[in-house]
Amino acid sequence: MLVFRHQDGKKLASPEQMQTWMKQTMDWIGGIAAQNKFSGGNGLPFEDSKVVWPNNVVTDGPFGEIKETIGGYVIVKADSVDEAVEFAKGSPVLQGEGNSVEVRRLAKGDGLH
Amino acid sequence: MEQKELIPHLFRTEYRKIVSVLCKRFGFDQIEIAEDIASDTFLTAAQTWGLKTVPQNPVAWLYEVAKNKAKNYLQRHSLFESKIAPEIRKHDVAYYEDEIDLSPQNSNDSQLQMMFAICHPSIPPEAQIGLSLRILCGFGIEEIAEAFLTSKETINKRLYRAKEKLREERIRLELPDANQIDERLAVVLTTIYLLFNEGYYSISQNGTIRKELCLEAIRLCTMLVENKFTNKPEVAALLSLMCFHASRFEARIDKEGELILYEEQDTNLWNPELISRGGYFLNCAASGNKISKYHLEAAIAYWHTQKCDTKEKWESILQLYNRLLQMEYSPIAALNRTYALSKANGKEEAIIEAEKLQLVSNHFYFTLLGELYMGIENRKAKLAFQQALSLAKTQTDKNTIQKKIEKL
Repeated sequence: MLVFRHQDGKKLASPEQMQTWMKQTMDWIGGIAAQNKFSGGNGLPFEDSKVVWPNNVVTDGPFGEIKETIGGYVIVKADSVDEAVEFAKGSPVLQGEGNSVEVRRLAKGDGLH
Repeated sequence: MEQKELIPHLFRTEYRKIVSVLCKRFGFDQIEIAEDIASDTFLTAAQTWGLKTVPQNPVAWLYEVAKNKAKNYLQRHSLFESKIAPEIRKHDVAYYEDEIDLSPQNSNDSQLQMMFAICHPSIPPEAQIGLSLRILCGFGIEEIAEAFLTSKETINKRLYRAKEKLREERIRLELPDANQIDERLAVVLTTIYLLFNEGYYSISQNGTIRKELCLEAIRLCTMLVENKFTNKPEVAALLSLMCFHASRFEARIDKEGELILYEEQDTNLWNPELISRGGYFLNCAASGNKISKYHLEAAIAYWHTQKCDTKEKWESILQLYNRLLQMEYSPIAALNRTYALSKANGKEEAIIEAEKLQLVSNHFYFTLLGELYMGIENRKAKLAFQQALSLAKTQTDKNTIQKKIEKL
């Protein structure tokens, strides 16, 4: 699983910027799917997001106290961690300063994912 | 219509109705009887019409003969049954005294039910197509064999096994339950789409058969659209997709039966009526909240009916392929996506992506690589085209590739 980690969820991008990112992301995922290596994924929009704390404390969005937020994830069918890392390198998320893509193995299922 | 053409024409349009209605009436285990009676009806027609004149209303004549033959059969069958099992006589008397109902309503219903029976998940896809062609499209065994480039014996065996399977599974002629409709409809749509592709991309050189396959697929899908129960957005999307594709039928094959590439087609030969029908059904498909692969493919096909060569067109096609591939991978979609990528984002990016695909047993893959390298690295383009040439199976494909090498 490739997890997109964003440095700051508060910063709002311009609609043009969003559109460019969207196209780049779709082209990137399309490229993985064209190699028959795409398994699933989703974007995680910031609207309506909440954080639940101990003692039933609920706050708006993963902003403020939390420096980093998850922007989405993609599950790829990779034969090795190295292959998954190569896919991750192409992610447009990495164009944002401080952003990163975390590569994690799924615990269930056969072999690496 | 000449008498010589009349009977084959009527066979194509009426055989399926007679078989479906009779089969509905007799039960699926008697499908061969239904087929025999229908064939026999046409034999009688050929003999009678050849000697005398063709009746005023040939269709009504056929129905009348088919009904009589069916009644005779049921009477004989009933007498036989009543001797062995007298207790079912009462049931059987009612059985044959009823009229055989060949009204448009019952005929359409029976054909739809037949479609669902044939496309039962227990039947392998190639047998589903074979049975559809035989029973729903009135194709001869010879024509089916030609469409599949195989022998009549193979087709006969395949159809026989499929019918056995239908009997074993006790498939009934009925529409599926409402809670099963989506699942069962998906199989029907796959079969219709395969049927269409069989005609559109077929390796058979017989142009007439290829076109007929496509038109039959469109007809079957139209029946689904016309029925309230089966008229779902994805059905309209599939119909739209097939109309768009079929609109180029006259433009994509030349007089010698050779395939003409999309870029080289005479766009005046594109059929505007089919394009507008495609547009109409694409609109009908735009309801509900589910996007099927047929929606995406129909939208891609729509863009291909647009003669312009704009950035917008290729960007839209690229994004549609990106989504389609996430939904369902296929090598041809991967190749088409990479071509759209070259048009939308440039050849350099597309070359990097194309090299990753590694579809090394596919001659289209090397043709695409050749196209992408052309004008950038002609040496690599030539190598790719030569590899494509060694992998190509049909003469048409070989000629197309040879022409590209010569152009370099």
